[in-house]
Amino acid sequence: MRFLRDDLAEEVLGDLEEKFYANLHKKSLRAARLNYWYQVLQYFRPFAIKKSPTINTFDMYLSYFKIGWRNLLKQKGYSAINIGGLAIGISVAILIGLWIHDELSYNKYFEHYETIGQIYRLDKVENETEASTPQVAGLGTLLKNSYNTQFKSVVMVRAMLEERVIALSEKKFTQHGYFMQPEGGDMFSLKMKHGSRDGLKDKMSILLSASVAEKLFGEADPINQIVSMDAKWDIKVAGVYEDLPRNTRFHDASFFAPLELYMDGGSLDSWDNYFLDIYVQIHENRSFEEVSSIIKNATLPHLDEEKRQSGQEVFIHPMREWHLNSEFRNGHLVTSPQQKAVWLYGVIGAFVLFLACINFMNLSTARSEKRSREVGIRKSIGSYRTQLVQQFLGESILVACIAFVLSIVIVGLALPWFNFIADKNMTIPWTNYLFWLSGIGFTIVTGLLAGSYPALYLSSFQPVKVLKGTFKPGIGSSISRRVLVVFQFTVSVSLIIGTVIVYQQIQYAKSRPAGYSPKGLLSLRAGSPEFRGKYDVLRTQLKATGAVEDIAESNYSVTSTKGWNGGFSWKGRTYDPSFNTIFVSYDYGRTVGLDFIDGRDFSREVASDTAGILINESAAKEFGIENPVGELLKWAPGGSDRGTYQILGVVKDMIKGSPYEQTRPSVIFLSRNHEQWLYVRVNPDLSLHDALPKIEAVFKALVPSAPFDFRFADDEYNAKFRAEERTGQLAGIFSLLTIFISCSGLFALSAFTAEQRKKEIGIRKAFGASLTDIWTLLSREFFLLVMISCLVAVPLSYYAMSSWLEQYQYRTTISMMVFILAAGAALGITMVTVSFQAFKTGIMKPVEALKQD
Amino acid sequence: MIETRLGEFEEVILLLVGILGEEAYAFRIAEEFESQTKRSSSIGAVHSTLTRLEEKGFLKSEMGKATAERGGRRKRIYTITAYGRRALEDARDFRISLWSQYPAFAKKFNYSI
Repeated sequence: MRFLRDDLAEEVLGDLEEKFYANLHKKSLRAARLNYWYQVLQYFRPFAIKKSPTINTFDMYLSYFKIGWRNLLKQKGYSAINIGGLAIGISVAILIGLWIHDELSYNKYFEHYETIGQIYRLDKVENETEASTPQVAGLGTLLKNSYNTQFKSVVMVRAMLEERVIALSEKKFTQHGYFMQPEGGDMFSLKMKHGSRDGLKDKMSILLSASVAEKLFGEADPINQIVSMDAKWDIKVAGVYEDLPRNTRFHDASFFAPLELYMDGGSLDSWDNYFLDIYVQIHENRSFEEVSSIIKNATLPHLDEEKRQSGQEVFIHPMREWHLNSEFRNGHLVTSPQQKAVWLYGVIGAFVLFLACINFMNLSTARSEKRSREVGIRKSIGSYRTQLVQQFLGESILVACIAFVLSIVIVGLALPWFNFIADKNMTIPWTNYLFWLSGIGFTIVTGLLAGSYPALYLSSFQPVKVLKGTFKPGIGSSISRRVLVVFQFTVSVSLIIGTVIVYQQIQYAKSRPAGYSPKGLLSLRAGSPEFRGKYDVLRTQLKATGAVEDIAESNYSVTSTKGWNGGFSWKGRTYDPSFNTIFVSYDYGRTVGLDFIDGRDFSREVASDTAGILINESAAKEFGIENPVGELLKWAPGGSDRGTYQILGVVKDMIKGSPYEQTRPSVIFLSRNHEQWLYVRVNPDLSLHDALPKIEAVFKALVPSAPFDFRFADDEYNAKFRAEERTGQLAGIFSLLTIFISCSGLFALSAFTAEQRKKEIGIRKAFGASLTDIWTLLSREFFLLVMISCLVAVPLSYYAMSSWLEQYQYRTTISMMVFILAAGAALGITMVTVSFQAFKTGIMKPVEALKQD
Repeated sequence: MIETRLGEFEEVILLLVGILGEEAYAFRIAEEFESQTKRSSSIGAVHSTLTRLEEKGFLKSEMGKATAERGGRRKRIYTITAYGRRALEDARDFRISLWSQYPAFAKKFNYSI
């Protein structure tokens, strides 16, 4: 009953007690208690509630607001820095928060998120346990039939994204999609717009994503329409599903087709071809561990003797772990790069936000000391302390709220651009109450913290002291301010160093010789059967246009390392490791631009070249043959003899896999068949603009059914650097922001110090101090602080960056120059920031400062 | 039109204060109100009305003696002022005048004044 007017308290409490005991006689204790509270609530009436001592509080609050507003306007620059800095900090935190939220919400789109898992297997490879996903079809069939009580459903999906040309009469589109078993639609809870999820039951059917369906059919109903796939099959559209969001496993697919169609009569009971992913859905009351332990040895009876000896285990990897926790080393889960990125950006976001908050508090605190007079006067004309606390807290919360609103605007503007850099598709969750709750909660907390110093400390002074001018701000606040400046600059300098090293690493890898020339090279997947037998015609006609230097074929893309084979031996000496093998046509070397160190390319003139091979430098080293050209190698992969091959030439290492790793030994065979990948070397004397139409015309004439869907090999090559470039870009942005925030803080802080020492400087100048003296006086402290920051940041970032570089086999060395430059830059920026104020104060006339009193 | 300045609830409370005499304090009045009218109320509501009536000058109050059952707390005892009695009389007269003007009831209620 704290709210009750004091003069009423006695009688009311008495009445209520009497009522309570009266009720106690009639009813239960509980009812009496309940009634007591009911009676208390009934006392919330205007007559009974305590009145606050001031008579008209509205005017008082209006005055607070007015004074606060005037204070903001009076120092526009300061206010802009303060609010802008905080707004930027909050924006960064929101952006990173959205990013992390997106990372954590991977695959949550699927309804059975909690119960779906993927089958992994563990194989022993040379004393190491290797975890991998592609499975044999036999395992999927086995799980489906013999372990059917363990699973709600088992679905096999072709492990690779398949590229197919989907066509409706004249409309042809190259699309990527998965071939899966019909139960997949239900398991992955596809949201159907038309048709049904189990549409894949029919072998000649397809499920299209909404966007492809629209491209093909526009507004018309696509169900039961016939489309052709690769001009080979006519299949029926059985359903259209809502496009899968970016953060799901199958988002890169634009269609699902039946696995049966892919197999085209092939058996699903084979145990030698690892080409499928197996997804399972367990029952809700089972755990993944339980089921994993049951199926652990399921494959053993079906393996060959050798494999069975070395052992193989299978287990289920739950869907909730897929995105962030799928990095295995020696059979055990380790922290994945994605997980690290989440942590890294989380930490960076927290730092930027923290810096911005520190700044905000620092500046608010520093400036509030100027308002000690206001506090003195307010107190002497009768302000209560609680009113002053209210005033200052309210003011800083208000300012923080302005910053929050501003940050929402910034996020709105920056999100498209951030999405582009981060390769995501995020939106502001306008309707998510948690988002608003945390945003507003955070704003209020920051406001409270920033306002707490003036509110609690300043309001405690005796008015007479403050007004007399003997008041000196405590030494504690200036020490904490120094610590905060050091902290800010340590973070900023570390980030600068980190960014520079990331960029150096990218440059280092980019400057590595590729071993072929991706520039001016077109790649085209000649998937359509129409290509069969037309290679030679195509070649002659393309060369006849003059726009093409040469063309060649290979069994997979030049920028990847898909084929791996072992079983090579030379003079009885066998080689253990797997070699990267690729099958190519004549002219491949010339077309992609292989760099020969020794020997020669395949030649049509030499008949024996069909049993020839080219090897790269790493392979030559691996074989350990003095003069490899002309030597004969035996090849017997998996024990089956594939004949003897003569080494025709040695080429420079080609970067086909990760540019940060050592090149793997590689063997190039001459193919005797038609291969899927077509490479076209464009005549460098012609501009692409002129060359492409000529090339396209030839393709249109010879293979009219296939779209001329070429790609630039250099685009694919450059894609290898994208992840690191993204890291570099983000790190660059963040370090710019932290530098900006730190500097704006420093700027305002130096302005504040100069202001505080105005009179001292006036007297010094009157006694003949020079501009340099004043400048030194004002800048020295900040200079020292930044220097300390650099000293802290250098070893810190050295340690962090060398452990970052450690993940790359092929890495740049960290040079001392980076640290010197970063520290120099930080000091330079500090000097510029601080000097501005120092000069401004330095050139001021002493009389201006001293005339006031 | 005569301004009685008494609402229905106010009128009942004022009458109850008169009926209860020495026992007229908020809790008792609220209890009496509930038992006489069979309508539920709360001490707070009654108290609020009592305060309003006091402000209008129909009631005066003073703190009574302490009693053990209230944890030694005193009661505020209300009594009707002359002005309050006049207001009640005016209200009654006004009602009766209205009743008598209504032909359907005029003969049945023939109070002598």
